[in-house]
Amino acid sequence: MIMDNMTIKNQEEIAPKIYRIEVTGPLTQQMKNPGQFVNLRVSKGIDPTLRRPISICDVDVEKETLTMIYRVEGKGTKLLAEKVVGDEVNILGPLGQGFPVEAAKPNDVCVLIGGGVGIPPLYYLGKQLVAAGAKVITILGFRTDKDIFLEEEFQELGELIITTEDGSKGVKGFVTDALKELKAYDLYYTCGPKPMLKAVEQTASTHGFISLEERMGCGVGACLACVCDLKERDKTTGKAYAKICSDGPVFLSGEVIL
Amino acid sequence: MSRIAVNLPGLHMKNPVMPASGCFAFGQEYGKLYDLNRLGAICVKAVTVEERRGNPTPRVAETPGGMLNAIGLQNPGLKHVLEHELPWLEKYDTPIVVNIAGYSVEDYMEVAREISKVHNVSAIELNISCPNVKEGGITFGTDAGTAAHLTDKVKSVSDVPVYVKLSPNVTDIVEIATAVEGAGADGLSMINTLLGMRIDLKTGKPILANRTGGLSGAAIKPVAIRMIHDVRQKVDIPIIGMGGIYEVDDILEFMMAGANAVAVGTANFIDPFVCPNLIDQLEDRMDELGIETLSSIVGRSSL
Repeated sequence: MIMDNMTIKNQEEIAPKIYRIEVTGPLTQQMKNPGQFVNLRVSKGIDPTLRRPISICDVDVEKETLTMIYRVEGKGTKLLAEKVVGDEVNILGPLGQGFPVEAAKPNDVCVLIGGGVGIPPLYYLGKQLVAAGAKVITILGFRTDKDIFLEEEFQELGELIITTEDGSKGVKGFVTDALKELKAYDLYYTCGPKPMLKAVEQTASTHGFISLEERMGCGVGACLACVCDLKERDKTTGKAYAKICSDGPVFLSGEVIL
Repeated sequence: MSRIAVNLPGLHMKNPVMPASGCFAFGQEYGKLYDLNRLGAICVKAVTVEERRGNPTPRVAETPGGMLNAIGLQNPGLKHVLEHELPWLEKYDTPIVVNIAGYSVEDYMEVAREISKVHNVSAIELNISCPNVKEGGITFGTDAGTAAHLTDKVKSVSDVPVYVKLSPNVTDIVEIATAVEGAGADGLSMINTLLGMRIDLKTGKPILANRTGGLSGAAIKPVAIRMIHDVRQKVDIPIIGMGGIYEVDDILEFMMAGANAVAVGTANFIDPFVCPNLIDQLEDRMDELGIETLSSIVGRSSL
């Protein structure tokens, strides 16, 4: 099974325009890999036409609940925010290649670096890294202190550094300003807007894993709407590009041109 | 013969439904979701002589009932398709249609010559209607003389039937349709996308990096129905109809307008199982409407 209707158990606005939604259904049994996403249909009608790709923030396989956090940006996410407990949403997923948890060895220090709605998938990842014995340091970037979300959740995983652009909380500046100050770590995982990912890749002293976002069509690798260029051709397929939805959204640092 | 089977040049289809080119890649992604033998045929993505990188992103934008795309014919090139993509499809016994494109008449001829030799290719779809590339594609599809010349040249080198995919972005689609029929086309495939644009209110700039894109989806269905109806009055060769098919009734409407088979495009992105689902619903809906066989309704709107 890859597509099913899931029932909304909870939905709340946790920061301005940022919503947390919890849905339940057996599809969660397959959602074991952090960094994957689902393609969600917000309307039974034809407006909007396409599904919305939204990252997986947390999954409780036993309770069959999937948690997602999204920003109300346009028509589709506005419709999703209007849905109430008991409503059903059609979900296609899990899709894509997620973050490799096994890349971190026990006691490795892993830095999670997130910005905006790139933050949610790092939470499911962080939980799994901690469970695997790795040490987690998280750097989350927001515009102001009012925009902060998931603070307590990440604090439970290890050290948390918050940056705000206006300095209203934590380090003033961007996530890279905090990353520069970190002494020793073994690898990083990051998700956020492309300029941030680029800056993280340049600033980091180790290799890491980068999760991209892009406007998508099919979400399964067929339409080629969400491609990005590879730095070097893929040795097995010979292709010069990668599909963010199905080859990604997570890539090794240095693998794609940001 | 089953009541939903259709026979077109080169295409013995167990049902009239195929995915539309560009919406199904080379089949592998949807092949993970269901048995592609369920389909009447498979139409794969446009192939050009050389690899094409396509347009910058964003490549998609939305509108109620439709989407704009500007992929730009991205594909791995003829050699890769011959060595990797078409062999993968050998395990299926459903007809394969390969969409071909090029910058020049010679390009089209080279792709047609090589592709049509492949034993599991049943037909070629000649793409003279892609609105998203500067050279080739649509420049061959907006002038009747140019379209006919290209059709004639491709026919002269192809070992399989050739379906010409027409653009709706023309003043008189009937003139182009009759010209390519006269040049030896075995069938038509219509319609490709309608040229459109959307603007991002935050930046004041077009959403698509290519600025314009091709509109597909339910929004364009009445345009497709009208054009197929008009072309059916003047043309005898078979038509593969497409443009906004989402529901089983759409298939019947396209056939009544004059299509002999149909292709489903954008709807695959909304429901990846849409093609097998529509095929499953077809006979029940025919019963409700008192339709004995599909072939009996083709072009009924003209009668």
